[in-house]
Amino acid sequence: MKERNKIGVYVCHCGGNISDYVDVKKVVEAVKDLPNVAVARDFVFMCSEAGQNLIKEDIKNLGLDGVVVASCSPHLHEKTFRNAAKEAGLNPYLVEHVCIREHSSWVHSDNPEAATQKAIWIVKAAIAKVSLARDLESIRLDMKPEAIVVGGGVAGMRCAIDLGRAGITVHLIEKSPFLGGRAAQIGKMYPSGISGIELVKKLVEEVKNNPNIKVYTNAEIVSAEGALGEFKVKVKINPRYVKGNVSDDTISQCPVEVPDEFNYGLTKRKAIYKRDFTYPDTPVIDMNACTKCGKCNPDFNQKPKTVEVTGSIVILATGFKPYEPKEGEFGYKVYDNVITLPVFDRLISISNGKLEYNGKEIRDIAFIYCVGSRNEEHEYCSRYCCVATINAALQALEKFGDLRVYHVYRDIRTYGKYELYYEQAGRDGMLFFKYDPENPPVVERSGNKLIVKVKDLLTYGEEIEIPVDMVVLSVGMEPEMSDVFTMLRVPFSRDGFLQEVHPKLRPVETAIGGVLVAGTCQGPKDTVEATASASAAAAKADTYLVKGYAELEPFIAEINPEKCDGCGECVEECPAGAISIENGKAVLKEALCKGCGACGAVCPTEAINLRGYYYDQLRKSIEAAGGD
Amino acid sequence: MAYRALDQAGLLHVHYTPNTVIIRIPCASMLRPDLILHAFQSGFDAVFVASSGPDCPFLGEECVRKTAKRIEKAYELLDEHGIDKNRLLLTGVCSTCVEAIVGGLERLEETLSGE
Ligand SMILES: Cc1cc2nc3c(=O)[nH]c(=O)nc-3n(C[C@H](O)[C@H](O)[C@H](O)COP(=O)(O)OP(=O)(O)OC[C@H]3O[C@@H](n4cnc5c(N)ncnc54)[C@H](O)[C@@H]3O)c2cc1C
Ligand code: SF4
Ligand code: SF4
Repeated sequence: MKERNKIGVYVCHCGGNISDYVDVKKVVEAVKDLPNVAVARDFVFMCSEAGQNLIKEDIKNLGLDGVVVASCSPHLHEKTFRNAAKEAGLNPYLVEHVCIREHSSWVHSDNPEAATQKAIWIVKAAIAKVSLARDLESIRLDMKPEAIVVGGGVAGMRCAIDLGRAGITVHLIEKSPFLGGRAAQIGKMYPSGISGIELVKKLVEEVKNNPNIKVYTNAEIVSAEGALGEFKVKVKINPRYVKGNVSDDTISQCPVEVPDEFNYGLTKRKAIYKRDFTYPDTPVIDMNACTKCGKCNPDFNQKPKTVEVTGSIVILATGFKPYEPKEGEFGYKVYDNVITLPVFDRLISISNGKLEYNGKEIRDIAFIYCVGSRNEEHEYCSRYCCVATINAALQALEKFGDLRVYHVYRDIRTYGKYELYYEQAGRDGMLFFKYDPENPPVVERSGNKLIVKVKDLLTYGEEIEIPVDMVVLSVGMEPEMSDVFTMLRVPFSRDGFLQEVHPKLRPVETAIGGVLVAGTCQGPKDTVEATASASAAAAKADTYLVKGYAELEPFIAEINPEKCDGCGECVEECPAGAISIENGKAVLKEALCKGCGACGAVCPTEAINLRGYYYDQLRKSIEAAGGD
Repeated sequence: MAYRALDQAGLLHVHYTPNTVIIRIPCASMLRPDLILHAFQSGFDAVFVASSGPDCPFLGEECVRKTAKRIEKAYELLDEHGIDKNRLLLTGVCSTCVEAIVGGLERLEETLSGE
């Protein structure tokens, strides 16, 4: 291709941040006579109005066909300079912004000469890149005001409500028979003391009252495909097998009793059951338990229904599951009275008068922290558990009085205002023991008591034995896995949770355009954080859905059909399934392409390039910078 | 990601060897192995591929595997051309992993001075 040969080069002083160490005049000297360069200038603040005008004037007066700005990191001002070029009539993607502040003056302030040389190399590489730059157009996609939210926990409901209020049609898909998720299982929650059920009730009311929200429960996603602006999800709605209004009396006729999963088997439920606090209020028959006796006036002829829903955006709010300790881990499943925190939470909620488990009254309890967190298997901290454990202990004390409580912890992370819970625990006479992860506590049985043996770091390693009636394991969070992740090809983080593009800059977007994350599917969060991220995801979705279109950067793959010989290597390599072979040639579905460029790296004939990073541009940059 | 780590190094005014040129690419998985060879043939003494590692915003964990394949290929090319493999270094660099950058460059410097 024809090289651009009217490139303007602008070297910024950044006050003195750059020019105190990089000799900017020398940089200008070094490049001003290069064959592709029309003009090279230095200026005190390129990002200022005056700096931008300098570029704009040159574009207009000298007819520049490319621009290089060497200043701070492109993450700060690339957009600024691209917009300036656009305003002056130059394609914004002919602007290359390179960094000589963070990448040179600031890191080589000890060696100005070398810093200057490095800046020259960087600028030369940029000029070479621009000399082969193509005109690119941002991608415009039409958006319908319709979204799909997967998961009806607090995060999914919060999202659906926010979107519904903005006038967006929402398909809220919940796999279990009822909305609510895991928050409903918590008694008095931190902060504010509202119960999980109250919280869920409030959200459910809002969901029910918003005509824009369509709820699908008992719903399984069978397929999910598409891209930003045009997702399609097939949902199989499993029948509830009930007819008309079913009274509580009818439910009580059911002869089958099975452990109630909502209470982790602490209580029983019938094969036909409902949950009063949530939606829908229609009961459901659990066919794994039902004996088809017919006493509840069932309708066994109902068949699963498959519906297809569409949306311009998909928000995943599939939540978490509590870590299930291994058999023998701190006596779990070996001794009856070793239970996990979620079970303990239910036990508090359903017990009245006194705290009993397995027919035994509980007078002293030890909590062991960080079970299934911060170890080799789970490197991360699960965030919620320290506060939730202390909160549960305080609740138990408030409800049942006269309990002796021992906290056997690694570190207490009651961050922010939750420190008050920790202080309260101390004031209430609860005792704290700190263990070393190298030397974790051991749980044994002695007579009808459990003994927690801990080498306590607070007393300089004294071996302490705590006799208790119950041990509660403060278990961490794991991601709740779903097939829909792989259907949409959403990337995972090392921890197995869904990965956002950038934790600070794009915290609710995934690398798959149009797929957002909300709540604990992205990482451990309490409900405060889960609902905040849900509202953020809804607001992010609104920026596309309310406007009616999305404008995307053009940096996606480009296939040259003349070079392609149809070998299919790229099809295999593409993580997004964006490439297919049609009539012996690779064809790209642009809306699916993530812009990673993996396809280009494996193409034997170099038929694929990544726009904005064409391989000939990179080669020329490398040559220009390596030249001297 | 790694580019941001370089930004971060700047903000912290960390020093590392100045005889470096930074070529920005969105994801290390796009790297054609022949580009690495091209760098050596264009006068560079060493190549540092700073990938995002498992934090890759495009590919997540998958990026590690894909990028490793590129580097394997590049090693073969270097071998064919009699270039010391130790002059090519791949490291996963998160957006704040300044030490990974500095450490990686130190290792390359050592390799070069040892030859
Ligand atoms: C013991 C314990 C105590 C806690 N105490 C507190 C507290 O006091 N205060 C506090 O703020 N937080 C507390 N938390 C944290 C709180 O439970 C979570 O922050 C909250 O439940 C997260 O909501 P979510 O919507 O992200 O996930 P979830 O509650 O897990 O909801 C996810 C929903 O998505 C559905 N789903 C999953 N996969 C699919 C799929 N493929 N298709 C359709 N639907 C799907 C699930 O069925 C579920 O309904 C506690 C947690 C535990 C374990
Ligand atoms: S750049 Fe290539 S490999 Fe990456 S998503 Fe696009 S088509 Fe697939
Ligand atoms: S790898 Fe290259 S040649 Fe092979 S099908 Fe893909 S684009 Fe065509």
